[in-house]
Amino acid sequence: MENKPSSKKVSSNNSLGMLLLKGRTFIVLILLVIFFSLATPTFLTTSSLLLVAKHVALYGILGIGMTYVIITGGIDLSVGAVVGLSGMIAGGLINEGLSMFGYTLYFSIPLVILITVICGACIGALNGFLITRFKVAPFIATLGIMYVARGAAMLRSQGKTFANIVGKEALGNTGFELLGRNVLGIPVGAIILFVIAVIAGVILKKTPLGWHIFSIGGNEKAAKLSGVKVNKVKILVYIFSAICASIVGLIAAAQLVAAHPATGESWEMNAIAAAVLGGTSMAGGIGTIGGTIVGAFVIGVINDGMVMCGVSEFWQMVIKGLVIIFAVIIDQFQRNLQAKMALQQRNENK
Amino acid sequence: MENQAKNVTKPEVCLSVANIDQIYPGTKALDDVSFEIKKGKVSVLIGENGAGKSTLMKIIAGIETPSAGKIFMDDKEVSFKDTTEARAHGIGIIHQELSLFPNLTVYQNIFMANEKTKGKFIDNKTHIELTDKILARLEHPINANTLVGDLRVGQQQMIEIARNLIQDDLKILIMDEPTSSLSEQEVEVLFKIMRELKEEGISIVYISHRLEEIMRIGDYVTILRDGRIVAEAEVPEIDIPWIVKQMTGEGKSYPKKLRKIDWSKQEVVLDVKNLRLPKRGGGYLLKDVDFNLRKGEILGIYGLMGAGRTEIFECLMGIHPEHTGEVTLGGEVIDIKNISEQIDRGFALVPEDRQREGLVQTMSIGKNISLSSLKNYVKGIFIDKKKEDKNIYEQIKDIHIKVADKDLPILSLSGGNQQKVVIGKGILTDPKILLLDEPSRGIDIGAKTEVFDIINQYAERGLSIIVISSELKEIIAIADRIMILSNGIKTAELTSEEVTEDSLVLASYKGHSGH
Repeated sequence: MENKPSSKKVSSNNSLGMLLLKGRTFIVLILLVIFFSLATPTFLTTSSLLLVAKHVALYGILGIGMTYVIITGGIDLSVGAVVGLSGMIAGGLINEGLSMFGYTLYFSIPLVILITVICGACIGALNGFLITRFKVAPFIATLGIMYVARGAAMLRSQGKTFANIVGKEALGNTGFELLGRNVLGIPVGAIILFVIAVIAGVILKKTPLGWHIFSIGGNEKAAKLSGVKVNKVKILVYIFSAICASIVGLIAAAQLVAAHPATGESWEMNAIAAAVLGGTSMAGGIGTIGGTIVGAFVIGVINDGMVMCGVSEFWQMVIKGLVIIFAVIIDQFQRNLQAKMALQQRNENK
Repeated sequence: MENQAKNVTKPEVCLSVANIDQIYPGTKALDDVSFEIKKGKVSVLIGENGAGKSTLMKIIAGIETPSAGKIFMDDKEVSFKDTTEARAHGIGIIHQELSLFPNLTVYQNIFMANEKTKGKFIDNKTHIELTDKILARLEHPINANTLVGDLRVGQQQMIEIARNLIQDDLKILIMDEPTSSLSEQEVEVLFKIMRELKEEGISIVYISHRLEEIMRIGDYVTILRDGRIVAEAEVPEIDIPWIVKQMTGEGKSYPKKLRKIDWSKQEVVLDVKNLRLPKRGGGYLLKDVDFNLRKGEILGIYGLMGAGRTEIFECLMGIHPEHTGEVTLGGEVIDIKNISEQIDRGFALVPEDRQREGLVQTMSIGKNISLSSLKNYVKGIFIDKKKEDKNIYEQIKDIHIKVADKDLPILSLSGGNQQKVVIGKGILTDPKILLLDEPSRGIDIGAKTEVFDIINQYAERGLSIIVISSELKEIIAIADRIMILSNGIKTAELTSEEVTEDSLVLASYKGHSGH
């Protein structure tokens, strides 16, 4: 009994440290913002912050889908390619329409968006199907689909860009570029990010589906024996990730008012980095949407901040890599601490 | 032990630890512990979960470094930085939780980090030869090229034992609950090996929750409670009630079952006929097994490792849709296809391997409890937190899980309480039939008694329960009726009045002869 007070002190010390650790990505974000605003006076201006927000929206939405996948213990390498392909599908539909039986069909913008997202969902379903039915490892299945989707994007226009995808009044398909503009001063992409984040966060925390996602990553065998429909949930998760990617493809194309088949190359890595920076465990079972959003901000601020500072592209890569590794090391440190505290609790309960 | 006990000369001490403290943040796992391992003897360590047995053994095996205290071997002070150093001193350990590589073969597991080489290259021929030899000695002729992940838990345990036996200059072998997943027959083999090792002058430290085993194999007993040594004795001088008293501080034993019910008047809930499960590569894991289960009844399934006990549960849960036979639930023939459908029909399974199949380690206690029954708390598309919490707390109270807060991580609970969480998860699905696979494996006697109380309590309320257990006394104490399986065949069915330990053991061997 005599060691009771001391153990109390230990745990209260730990909890302050814990709070700092848990908010570490957020702290890093604030430090980065302070650093860049000191380093370059143009950083803290409305126009450059809007630019950052536009980019963050892209990484953030991809990161949300990726977070779902990683929590189940999987990975989705195909999202970058799906971004490119989705832009090409939309751009092609607007500029060239759909040619069938000698006729050319043009769709209104909402329909274009719907078709693109459905195509994305099909790619996600294919990923999920390969992984659950044929037991292909997620890394390999999505790697394969990544090449297939990127190739398909290139084939759509033989590698050329669909430029100026604004549609024609006469065809009734104008207005696509609004997706890349601002509403009330806020980029539409950022608004979409916010909406998706809220929905995804609520699903993850408040619905059985969300818990089932966590349980699969935590212990797939136990989840199965508990009655979780593991395969169904996995397929849904890959579909969700691909839908997020095709939305990003649409936004990116709208922001540029052009669709290029190479758009989104290596963005899957940014998405993974955002999720991991936000505390998602690559082993599965742990992760939050809020964390991923903060992670996406960190990636976005580093990218754009360094560009504004005039850091060379090559140094940008080195620095980004180091930040990611550093974040994961701290993450590991926090896990160890948590495990220790759990053990301590267990012994105190005795 | 029969002969050794009469030995009058004082046995020499092979290793001793003096005044060991082990402090974890906020708690003292070991408090001034001094302990001797005697040469060529079996020193038994007993204590409830969390008493510090495993911690002490980890220190001796070099896995943990003590906060204070000294270790002596042959009167010289030693200290082990890691297991390699301890192993160099001839100390081997068989862990409580299996520490094998499921992705590697039997011989790779046995020789991991102890490889035999020919020149610069690994000599697999020798590996396989030695593996065959050691497994023959353990009376478990498993093909050396089999993947360990494909083996049953009991067989894996044998591999773990084999791995230590191949060490060249083994002086001390620490066995942390080696029998918790072994059948009675396998335990016999293990005891035979232990006697041989003793004759070779190897000292054994043995940790077990099975008290009757300790009386049979032990030479010296040391009892730990809350990190302190509370009693030490020579085995011939003590009996089981004494041990239990020292462990818990009071007289506890298995609860005696006294239920006078005319089972023939109870409604049959489950009726299984001609259950057959084909084995990969020919033969059957289950061959024409018939049984039924009545309302409120506890049916025990006893059998050796590989007798088909777990497979019966797996068939009922829909894990093996390839099985054949007729299963009638509540008067209706059902077609078993998948797990979630079976859960909906009212089956709940508490699996054998708590860590691997029962718990989601990354989730909280509360979430683990409600995982199977989430759909009962859905309002619209959301989980009704209030309703869920209410059910979780009721369940926690109902099955006496000792926990301050349901949001704590699941791993903050002791093994016994973790097991109760897995049982609680099953019960929250409001099942008609509860399937318990080795519910008392690896938990201390206090928690065991509580688990039995819970099982009895739900049976009284009309839940039909099937229990698998490898422990004779346990299954006799808990079951109203016992079905014995041997080699996939049902060899006997005994009511609690007619059952004896001998009849159970006899029937569990029957399936191997003649058929």
